Amino acid sequence: MAEFFFNKVSKSRQYFLSLLFVCIVSFLCFVFANFIDYKIVAFILLVTVSLIAITFDIFPVLTAAVLSALIWNFFFIPPRFTFHVGSTEDTILFVMYFIIAMVNAVLTNKIKLIEKGAREKEEKSNTVKLYNTLLNSLSHELRTPIATIIAATDNLQTNSSNLTPNDKEELLAEISTASFRLNQQVENLLNMSRLESGFIQPKKDWCDINELVYDAVKRIEENKATQHITINISPNLPVLKLDKVMLEQIIYNLLNNACQYTAPDSMIQLKATYKPHFLEIVIEDNGDGFPEEEIKNVFEKFYRLKTSRTGGTGLGLSIVKGFTEAMGGSVLLQNVSTGGARFTLIIPAESTLLKKTDQWQKRIY
Amino acid sequence: MAKADLLIIDDEAQIRKLLSITLQSNGYTVRHASTAKEGLITAATHPPDLIILDLGLPDEDGHTILKKLREWFTNPVIILSVQNSESDVIKALDNGANDYLSKPFRTGELLARIRSALRTSVLEESKPVIICDDLQIDLAERTVKKNDELVKLTATEYALLALFAKNEGKVLTHQYLLRDIWGPGYINQSQYLRVFIAQLRKKIEKDPNRPEIIVTESGIGYRFICKEQ
Repeated sequence: MAEFFFNKVSKSRQYFLSLLFVCIVSFLCFVFANFIDYKIVAFILLVTVSLIAITFDIFPVLTAAVLSALIWNFFFIPPRFTFHVGSTEDTILFVMYFIIAMVNAVLTNKIKLIEKGAREKEEKSNTVKLYNTLLNSLSHELRTPIATIIAATDNLQTNSSNLTPNDKEELLAEISTASFRLNQQVENLLNMSRLESGFIQPKKDWCDINELVYDAVKRIEENKATQHITINISPNLPVLKLDKVMLEQIIYNLLNNACQYTAPDSMIQLKATYKPHFLEIVIEDNGDGFPEEEIKNVFEKFYRLKTSRTGGTGLGLSIVKGFTEAMGGSVLLQNVSTGGARFTLIIPAESTLLKKTDQWQKRIY
Repeated sequence: MAKADLLIIDDEAQIRKLLSITLQSNGYTVRHASTAKEGLITAATHPPDLIILDLGLPDEDGHTILKKLREWFTNPVIILSVQNSESDVIKALDNGANDYLSKPFRTGELLARIRSALRTSVLEESKPVIICDDLQIDLAERTVKKNDELVKLTATEYALLALFAKNEGKVLTHQYLLRDIWGPGYINQSQYLRVFIAQLRKKIEKDPNRPEIIVTESGIGYRFICKEQ
C-alpha cells in the first residue's frame, strides 16, 4: 500500500519528503542527545534511511543517506558541532555508517526492481494464458460451424445428383443451424468486449418483464432445445425501469446454459417476482448441478467445468455476471437439494405506479 | 406480373448478390450500387420504387445519405443495419427511413418488409375494415371484434390499435406511438406504452405471451402483423 502510494509521488517531492524525514528524526535524536548514546543514534538514522529506501526511488534515498551521515557526524560524533572526528574508532564507525547506508539504499532498490520484473512477467504470462484459452475455445467454437457449412455446401454442389431431396433438406438445415451458432458466438464476443472496455452503461427504459422473458424464451425455442421451460411470472409484476437488452441477454444465456448442460427433456423453471425495489429472477433446472468446488469459478471469463464436454467458450456465464453487475445487481449460483442448479438474479429496478384507474383508461363503450 | 424497381446500396458484394438473386427471383427489377456516391447518382438517374440502403457504407455516413435522399426522394427506403444498433435504427427512422432490417435477416422478413413498404406508399388511405385472422377492426364504426365477438377496449387502447392497423406491417417506434396517442409531452413516458400494449395483447392475442399481431421490435418499437385470411 505504502509503496503504491509513494510510487505516485513526484521526484521532487520524494527528495523533499526523504530529507524532511531524516531531519525530523535527527532533530528528535538531538533533543534526546543527552539520553541516547551517539552510536545508538547511528542505528536510528540507519533504520530511517532503510525505511525511506523501501518507499522511495534510489536517488532521493542516496541523498538522504549522505545527509544523515553528515548530520550524524556534525551533531552527534564528539567533538559535536564540527565535522572533525575525534577517535580512530569513530572514523571507522563513520565510514562504516556511510557504506551501510549506501549499500542499504542500493540493495533495497535492486530488490524492488526484481520484484517489479517478476510481477510484470507474471502478468504477461497470465495474459498469454488467457489469450491461449480464448483462442482454443474460439477456434473450436467458430470452426465447428464453419466446417459444417463448408462440408454441407460442398456436398450440395459436387454431390447433388446422389442426394435425395430429403438429404438436401437436412444439409440445408445444418447450414442454417451452423450459421445461427456462428452469429451467436460473434454476439457473445461483442458483448464480452463491451464489458471489457469498461464503457458499458445500462440504457434504462420501462420494460414489460413478461414480454422480455418470452422474447428470450422465443430465442431459445429457435435453437430447437428439447428441455421443457416453465415460466412463472408474478401476475402483479409492475412495469420496471431496466436495460432490456442486457436483461434479455442474461436470461437467454442462463436458459441456454441450462439447455446445453442438462439431459434432453429436463425441466427448467423461471420465476420472476418484484419486491420493492428489486426484481428477482430464479432459474432452476433438474439436471446434475455444478460441482460444489467449482461454483465459485463458473462466472470467470473462459472458465469451463473440468468435466465439461467440448464446445462452449466459457463466455456465457461471465457475460451474465458482467451485465448483472453493470445493472447494479447480483447473481448467485446454488445447487438445489434435489439436484440441479439454481441461479438467482437480484436487480434493483424502479417501478411505475401506473394503475388501471388512470385517466387514459376511460371506456368508450 | 411486373413488380417494382428496387435499388440496393450496399458495399458488400456478397450481400448485393444475395439480395439481387432473392429479389429478382421474386419478380423485382434490381439495380445496385456499392458506394454512397454511386447510389445517389443511380437513384437520381433511374428513380426506383424502393431503396434498400446499408447504413455502414465506406464513403459516407448512412444518415447523411438518407437525408440527402429525402430532400427529393419520396418513395420508401428500407435500411440495413447490424445487430445491437437500435439507436442507429431509431435515428434513421426519424430521418425518413420507412423500415429497417438487421443483418442477419431471413428472406421471408426481407420480402415482407418490401411488400408492406410498397403497399403503404401506393395506398395511403386505409380500408375501413381490417381483417386479421380472427380479429376484425372496423375503423368507420370504431369497433373491434374477435371471433365475431365485440372486444371491449378503452379509448386509448382503441386509438393504439387503430394506429397500428393503419400502419400494418410497418415498424412504429416507441416515440412515434407515444407522441401520436398521448401527445408530445409523453415521448419519454414509455411506461404508458408498456402497460397499454400488455393490456391490448391480453384482449386481442391468442396467447398474450407469444404475441403474433402486435410484435415487439426490441429496443425500437412494435409492428402490427396481419395474417390475411
